[in-house]
Amino acid sequence: MSPSPSPTAATAATPLLAVRGLSKSFAGFPALDGVDVTLRHGEIHALLGENGAGKSTFIKAITGVVTRDAGTVTLDGAPVAPRSADEALKAGIATVYQEVNLLPNLTVAQNLFLGRQPTRFGLVREVEMRRRSIALLRDFDLDIDVGAPLGDYSVAVQHLVAIARAVDMSARILILDEPTASLDAHEVEILFRVMRNLAGKGLGILFVTHFLDQVYAITDRITVLRNGRLVGERETAALPRMELIRMMLGRELSEAASEHPAKAATEAAPDAGGAIRFEGFGKAGYVAPFDLALASGQVVGLAGLLGSGRTETARLLFGVESADHGRLTIDGEAVRLASPRDAIRHGFGYCPEERKTEGIVAELTVRENIVLALQARRGALHPLSRREQDAIAQRFITMLDIRPPDPERPIGLLSGGNQQKALLARWLATEPRLLILDEPTRGIDVGAHAEIIRLIRQLCTEGLALVVISSELEEIVSYADRVIVMRDRRQTAVLEGEAVNVTAILQAIAADTPPLAA
Amino acid sequence: MRFRLPRKGLPQIAAFVVVLLINFAVSPQFFDIRLQDGRLFGSFIDVFNRGAPVALLSLGMVLVVATRGIDLSVGAVMAIAGAIAATLADTHALPVVLLAALGAGLLCGLWNGILVAVLGIQPIIATLILMVAGRGIAQLITEGRIVTFTSPELARFGGGAILGLPVPVVLTASVLAVAVIAIRGTALGLLIEATGANARASALAGIETRTTTIAVYVWSGFCAALAGIVAAADILGADANNAGLWLELDAILAVVIAGSSLLGGRFSLALAVLGALTIQAMNTGILLAGFRPEFNLVVKAVVVLLVLLAQSPRLSGVAVLLARRPA
Ligand SMILES: Nc1ncnc2c1ncn2[C@@H]1O[C@H](COP(=O)(O)OP(=O)(O)OP(=O)(O)O)[C@@H](O)[C@H]1O
Ligand SMILES: [Mg+2]
Repeated sequence: MSPSPSPTAATAATPLLAVRGLSKSFAGFPALDGVDVTLRHGEIHALLGENGAGKSTFIKAITGVVTRDAGTVTLDGAPVAPRSADEALKAGIATVYQEVNLLPNLTVAQNLFLGRQPTRFGLVREVEMRRRSIALLRDFDLDIDVGAPLGDYSVAVQHLVAIARAVDMSARILILDEPTASLDAHEVEILFRVMRNLAGKGLGILFVTHFLDQVYAITDRITVLRNGRLVGERETAALPRMELIRMMLGRELSEAASEHPAKAATEAAPDAGGAIRFEGFGKAGYVAPFDLALASGQVVGLAGLLGSGRTETARLLFGVESADHGRLTIDGEAVRLASPRDAIRHGFGYCPEERKTEGIVAELTVRENIVLALQARRGALHPLSRREQDAIAQRFITMLDIRPPDPERPIGLLSGGNQQKALLARWLATEPRLLILDEPTRGIDVGAHAEIIRLIRQLCTEGLALVVISSELEEIVSYADRVIVMRDRRQTAVLEGEAVNVTAILQAIAADTPPLAA
Repeated sequence: MRFRLPRKGLPQIAAFVVVLLINFAVSPQFFDIRLQDGRLFGSFIDVFNRGAPVALLSLGMVLVVATRGIDLSVGAVMAIAGAIAATLADTHALPVVLLAALGAGLLCGLWNGILVAVLGIQPIIATLILMVAGRGIAQLITEGRIVTFTSPELARFGGGAILGLPVPVVLTASVLAVAVIAIRGTALGLLIEATGANARASALAGIETRTTTIAVYVWSGFCAALAGIVAAADILGADANNAGLWLELDAILAVVIAGSSLLGGRFSLALAVLGALTIQAMNTGILLAGFRPEFNLVVKAVVVLLVLLAQSPRLSGVAVLLARRPA
């Protein structure tokens, strides 16, 4: 590592956190191999790498969630060896893990103060706890009922609550493992403000993300891992993006794939009829009635702020929630949509936002997870033979580059991004005619990201209709023919053709137009 | 790639063998088998014969546990089925007797299933209702008496033999075989495991989690009724107070020994049966050793602890570390 000027020169001598030679194997497979990371006082430091590079494992190993095989961790020069997240906290290291582990049945306030409730005479001071919770969340522009169960709120809100909790408890170091994966631009800005504020107070922040824009927006330094090994540490300002990508992937990413290329002009003009038509579809108190027509090959993006009703719309389209208004016709025939099974029968697929609780079945293998929806549609009495299952799993492992390419590994042991790829595979395996994707590239690395977008686009040219929700507007723009903007659980604007660009979407989101659909 | 350490089933098989060997050490005649009136006899055969009711219960329980449930009512369902079978045995034809007893078991299972899957009651509470009420129902059927019967046809289910093997053993083996074919030969096993491991994700993937859940409770009721018939046939009567008493706990134990997590997910039918047999082998061994039956409970607890330790992922991690140390 080349010595370079640090933000506060006085403390450059003893780094806040120095990790040396950290190694960790899982059943003989090295996930980390002699990794060194140095975090200085007042620094925001990006930890980058492909899916499965070992970022989350690194974080778990230094906070004692997994035991490390070798290596030392020193905090301000003093060796520390926490044996659990709790001990790490006591040492001053607060962490938001990639899979947020809060308790959905407890209230927001209880989650924020779990294990450190303000008490008097041994009794929890509810009022005090609520007051402090509200104050804490105000820093994040979050105005929610802190007395409601956390599980009532969206993933993004839950994530923000986890972050707020960690920020409040971080004494010396804050570690964030893909905190922004489910956040919109606005929340990301708020988070960055909080992070800068903490760094200004001398805390060190370790930040894992796959959004390179964010890396350049906020970090001072970058450490890159590849296949569990350290590739190098650089100053952010001195590292061009292409060079960073090369460090992460170990190869060049083709020019075309690294950008979000403008979508190819849709040759097949969407036929006016629309094969799948939702008319006046809605549910009282959930999503206001809307119309949505999808011809084969068409892509509709849903944009809007946190809580605007995008995920709710997706759940309505897939029959997770039953609509109490409107109707659905497919190829002109009226169709009942009372459950996900109905939706699947008509060739719909839905990749939910919540990977851990609604997506993966952690203890089943990658193969079983991939064939699950297809098998469920065929019914128990028409089992896919083991050979067919192997073939399907192998095909998608190769197509989506799922790593490690071992179909028999329990999916819960895969890295977050690789789990996401397997979930996509689950739906692609059903050869759907309509795919509803809620944050499809959440947690997926730069290399795979471009691949997946390319794949989805190709499927669209082959006739797949797509509804996609993404907090990355560039991603929506790169494949949507039409963008529906939502606010307060209703559609407020529909952008088509030339109007599908980031600026227009942002304007539509911000605009105070009266609702379109009624 | 080696990921599951220890290999599936190894600790269970080892535990069973160890218990058998201890029995042999305690009683050198343990493995002696003799043929009498066309039926095999001996302590070793007895393990399978006496173990049949719990083995049947655990075949039902293992699927319930796989869906993240539990069925506390199986002992009571045994009592109901036994009571029905014993009451009808001398006055009705065998098929009627069996249909009535098994039908009652299916109904009990359906009741449990509806409470759990439709009304959303926690399994432990839902099945507690029938656990308590079931014994009352059984007593109503027997009118509070111990009902005895003489029907030789029904008695065969307890004391008869097929090709020398006791009928309960043949019955259990057949149910196991049918269950394995029906569950692992189709995709049922995968759908049950998925439902248990993550019901929300499974429902979104299109699995009929509600129907699946009801079905496993119905199956458990069926298995319990079979066990009740065997137990009644064995003693040529039905004692509504004692038939199947506490056996739900043995069945749960058998399933836990088989490596199932009470949090649902992966299961093995064969290992559940092996778990039940291990429990029975311990019972037999303690009797053979001449210990007071009270010891049984303590010994059982120790063995269960050992099996569970052997399965603990933490401990196997330690074992891997220890094994690697010399290198
Ligand atoms: N408990 C475990 N058992 C076995 N292998 C594991 C376990 N946890 C992680 N791994 C493996 O270690 C490697 C590193 O995983 P890790 O989760 O650290 O990746 P990551 O860099 O965080 O990736 P992502 O960007 O997808 O989140 C992966 O190959 C993963 O499959
Ligand atoms: Mg990770």
